[in-house]
Amino acid sequence: MSDRLPGFSTLAVHAGAQPDPTTGARATPIYQTTSFVFNDADHAASLFGLQAFGNIYTRIGNPTNAVLEERVAALEGGTAALAVASGHAAQVVVLQQLLQPGDEFIAARKLYGGSINQFTHAFKSFGWNVVWADPDDIASFERAVTPRTKAIFIESIANPAGSITDIEAISTVARKAGVPLIVDNTLASPYLIRPIDHGADIVVHSLTKFLGGHGNSLGGIIVDAGTFDWSTGGKYPMLSEPRPEYHGIRLQETFGNFAFAIACRVLGLRDLGPALSPFNAFMILTGIETLPLRMQKHCDNAKAIAEFLAGHPAVASVSYAGLANDKYNQLARKYAPKGAGAVFTFSLKGGYDAGVSLVSKLQLFSHLANVGDTRSLVIHPASTTHSQLDDAAKIKSGAGPDVVRLSIGIEDKEDLIADLEQALGA
Amino acid sequence: MNHDSYPDNYIRGILNSVKSIAMVGASPVNVRPSYFAFKYLAQRGYDMIPVNPGHVGKELLGKPFVASLRDIGRPIDMIDIFRNSSHIMPVVEEALTLDPLPKVIWMQLGARDDAAAEKAEAAGIKVVMNRCPKIEYGRLSSEISWMGVNSRTLSSKRPPAPTQGMRLSLNRMSVGGGDTAASDRAAKNKSEQG
Repeated sequence: MSDRLPGFSTLAVHAGAQPDPTTGARATPIYQTTSFVFNDADHAASLFGLQAFGNIYTRIGNPTNAVLEERVAALEGGTAALAVASGHAAQVVVLQQLLQPGDEFIAARKLYGGSINQFTHAFKSFGWNVVWADPDDIASFERAVTPRTKAIFIESIANPAGSITDIEAISTVARKAGVPLIVDNTLASPYLIRPIDHGADIVVHSLTKFLGGHGNSLGGIIVDAGTFDWSTGGKYPMLSEPRPEYHGIRLQETFGNFAFAIACRVLGLRDLGPALSPFNAFMILTGIETLPLRMQKHCDNAKAIAEFLAGHPAVASVSYAGLANDKYNQLARKYAPKGAGAVFTFSLKGGYDAGVSLVSKLQLFSHLANVGDTRSLVIHPASTTHSQLDDAAKIKSGAGPDVVRLSIGIEDKEDLIADLEQALGA
Repeated sequence: MNHDSYPDNYIRGILNSVKSIAMVGASPVNVRPSYFAFKYLAQRGYDMIPVNPGHVGKELLGKPFVASLRDIGRPIDMIDIFRNSSHIMPVVEEALTLDPLPKVIWMQLGARDDAAAEKAEAAGIKVVMNRCPKIEYGRLSSEISWMGVNSRTLSSKRPPAPTQGMRLSLNRMSVGGGDTAASDRAAKNKSEQG
């Protein structure tokens, strides 16, 4: 019998889950418990010393969360994963393993506004210095590399305008610089893009968005590609050096190609504390089972709506990589052939006031600060998600004052188009 | 044998069939990876023999250390080498003097010596390099899933609740086998550059 690779939809339903050993329950149980009993003193010591597989305390690991972790690792083609409380928590935990105070990381300028804030302000207070580069100009990443660079961070499909990043080109820069490439794959989900196949070493997600998919549970996840060699040159001491927290264990030596995920768990999650509720893990797992079905519908709807908007007289421009004449269409064909995602922006000829009027007249689209929900969503980034940026930075990140962002849901596209039509027309 | 990646069935066949394992380079220091692996494999029912000339006269989890493979004095199924790549060849050469020969020579995570592997394979011995038997056992049984690791196996069967000292089923459906494609590629690039 030769090993055979099941398809994506099979993994979305099965990976990580099995009937419960104790009860036979087929759905993954919600292990709503803080702690787990030890068999005896030796078992406890083995678990605390990272010598045995098992559960101690839900801040370090939980069986429901573990199913979610293995499932996303399988969908992304990674060696292991760690679920945390939010996408933001995932980013803190990842960079804590990689940067010491005074170190730098390079980040694409086109990012979710919340990430731009986190990198600019919160991380600066930790002594982690972000250096911005332009994802449309690969050479700007090369120019940003210094001896203190420890990582490169990009989004596969970038918020808010749904632009597509050339992951392979930037991974080449990362490899040359000897640093890992971190890809936030939230807006694509592994159904559309698997960044590890294009050279990513670490993938992060806000599970809150398309993976969970129903706008009901926050969560984040870190996927270890198992591709980066942490042992060279003492550059990543959290992984390569003996850890005093664990009696001198070297994580890379002990855990091989999933050492990064273990570091995030036993040094990051354990000490920083942003644990995911097992209930949220259950909700997100249930969402992931239908990810392939939902994501295709999200994309098909988004393309139809982008085409409608592009032909509407009140619309100045539409940024959607799935449109044939879009700047990012070539990259979309290469990286996301099944669809260019469902989050994009457009601008109105009537500017800011027309945007405000549109949002207030929409009946089906919900005005809120989230994306990747079954429901269609609308927001004006300049006054909300990107409001803390100055005007120049707003325009650079694709969130100018005349821009409206949509996240297209899985309703009937005819109803969404009718809603936009009445709100634009009247 | 292609030593860049192994089909799950190859690893499964080895872990399902061997009973006794001599661990060369086993350490009594409880934060060393060899100690973890020794303890885990003993708990999963393997007959473990610690081999380390520096610790003769001591015991590891109740098993007396021996100085060399020849000192074991009984047939062994598998030799698990916990030494750097540069120290593999002498161990393999010693293994080839045993009668009967071991069925398997396993080199730990990070250890690889293709010339030594070729010699062992020429004598009909199965070889695994740059893998950890604890991780592989945990992966194929899915016990390692507790740590968020991608076991790359699926099963719709109800497993027994694992307890200490119990052998686990390794016969789950494989998802592609070996390591992930990306980590395999990275390891191959590294060995070609190295």
